Amino acid sequence: MHKNNRIEHPEERDKVIIIRDLNKSFGDYHVLKGVNLDLYERENLVVLGKSGTGKSVLIKIISGLLKQDSGTVEVLGKEVSQLNERELQELRIHIGFSFQNSALYDSMTVRENLEFPLVRNRKNLTKKEKDYAVETVLDAVSLGQTINQMPSELSGGQRKRIGIARTLILQPKIMLYDEPTAGLDPITCLEINGLINEVQERYHTSSIIITHDLTCAKQTGDRITMLLDGHFNKVGTFEEVFNTDDERVKSFYEYNFIE
Amino acid sequence: MEAPKSRFVQKLHSMFYELYLVYQFVMKFFKEVLLPPYEGKEIMRQCYQVGYRSLALISLTGFITGIVFTKQSRPSLAEFGATSWLPSLVGIALLRTLAPLLTALISAGKVGSSIGAELGSMKVTEQIDAMEVSATNPFKFLVVSRVLATTITIPILTFYTALVGLLGSFVNVAMFEDTSFNGFISSSLESITFLDIIASTIKAILFGFTIGMVGCYQGFNSSKGTEGVGKAANSSVVIGMFLVFIEEVLATQITFLFRT
Ligand SMILES: Nc1ncnc2c1ncn2[C@@H]1O[C@H](COP(=O)(O)OP(=O)(O)OP(=O)(O)O)[C@@H](O)[C@H]1O
Ligand SMILES: [Mg+2]
Repeated sequence: MHKNNRIEHPEERDKVIIIRDLNKSFGDYHVLKGVNLDLYERENLVVLGKSGTGKSVLIKIISGLLKQDSGTVEVLGKEVSQLNERELQELRIHIGFSFQNSALYDSMTVRENLEFPLVRNRKNLTKKEKDYAVETVLDAVSLGQTINQMPSELSGGQRKRIGIARTLILQPKIMLYDEPTAGLDPITCLEINGLINEVQERYHTSSIIITHDLTCAKQTGDRITMLLDGHFNKVGTFEEVFNTDDERVKSFYEYNFIE
Repeated sequence: MEAPKSRFVQKLHSMFYELYLVYQFVMKFFKEVLLPPYEGKEIMRQCYQVGYRSLALISLTGFITGIVFTKQSRPSLAEFGATSWLPSLVGIALLRTLAPLLTALISAGKVGSSIGAELGSMKVTEQIDAMEVSATNPFKFLVVSRVLATTITIPILTFYTALVGLLGSFVNVAMFEDTSFNGFISSSLESITFLDIIASTIKAILFGFTIGMVGCYQGFNSSKGTEGVGKAANSSVVIGMFLVFIEEVLATQITFLFRT
């Protein structure tokens, strides 16, 4: 069940994210140790890794939520750690961040959740334009009927999709998915994987997809890599990454496809 | 001998570091409150929330305090045959201390805790991060609007409490003496000076600011996990009330300097 129309050589395209020698520690715990990674235009790059290896930390640094200790992160040609608050906000409009636990605003309806990034960043939209934008993204995640519900009334899978819709509304160039399928049943996982690919085609996004679900990796990734001991060894196709003698990679594979 | 001392130093160090963080938080508020864009709509919404949350309890407490305070003061004044001073005594007590303090304590309990819990759970479930990555300044949207709301609303509630308290007092007075409502009000306002009003207003503003700030600080810096939310709500109330009492003592000292 590989991805349909996988991009063959994304390396020939322009780079949208360039990470070099990235280091990050929390106290004594050295989480990221010299991470190097490139994200090419309009590709889906899957980042695999065990729990607690620093996958979330990595994309939080990319979006400027956390600051690195050393190394560089260039996003759309801008060094993230060098930006002032206003420049960072401008950059963030182009980055969609889908959180591990959806992070929907509890006190707002689905419509208000979706409108939030829009009303904050495009001040002079008419009501009609706003409604149109909301309906379009809701349609993209096929959840039109939930528009007036509260997040607490949604299922986990629905929340994930609304979370993705909320990031799509500003039409980002880059999508960062933090474990889009974690905690969901296999059927819903397939739907989310389909959605990720649809987003890639429809919105021409370049995406980093963090997961420990190999089915998700197979179905959505143009390229795949694995975070081991705080850095990436190999970036390549699913077969290239898992055709290895490295016990840690092999055990990850075996665990996922346990008979 | 060595170990306990160093632990003490460590504690002292972390206390001062915390104080520094609080100072930074407060300074950030003053910076952000002046810079556009202004969150007018959100501030109004929060003002409504603050008022709405504490109105019922404040009305009840103010009214009962008015009745009880009048009832309890009557015998002492009666000894000197001075029950006619009752309205002005109640007026002064309510305006100078009872109303600001009652309002602040109730708001610390109702509003401070809910700000702490709300922001705490937003922090824990990464809603604050989500706001930040959708290019919204969460400090401005969440903290500035809430602190402004408590700073504006609690003084208004304070005068409301004083009024309700007077009403309660009148109920008690009317049972024993025959005074008209107008007569009661005018004699209770008689001995209130301009300084009293100014001092109470400033005090209430300070209380409101403190309650909002403590709730927001606790919520915004809540630790991960659900128990972090509970802790944030709880310490919002405890620290809020504690600071309100300290401010009350200081404010009373300062106004006395002005009186003499
Ligand atoms: N803000 C923080 N402060 C202190 N430590 C942190 C912070 N964020 C992450 N860590 C630590 O960094 C490590 C990596 O965390 P991270 O959330 O990136 O893991 P992850 O790879 O996303 O795991 P999971 O698959 O469980 O989400 C963890 O051990 C965590 O304790
Ligand atoms: Mg994670």
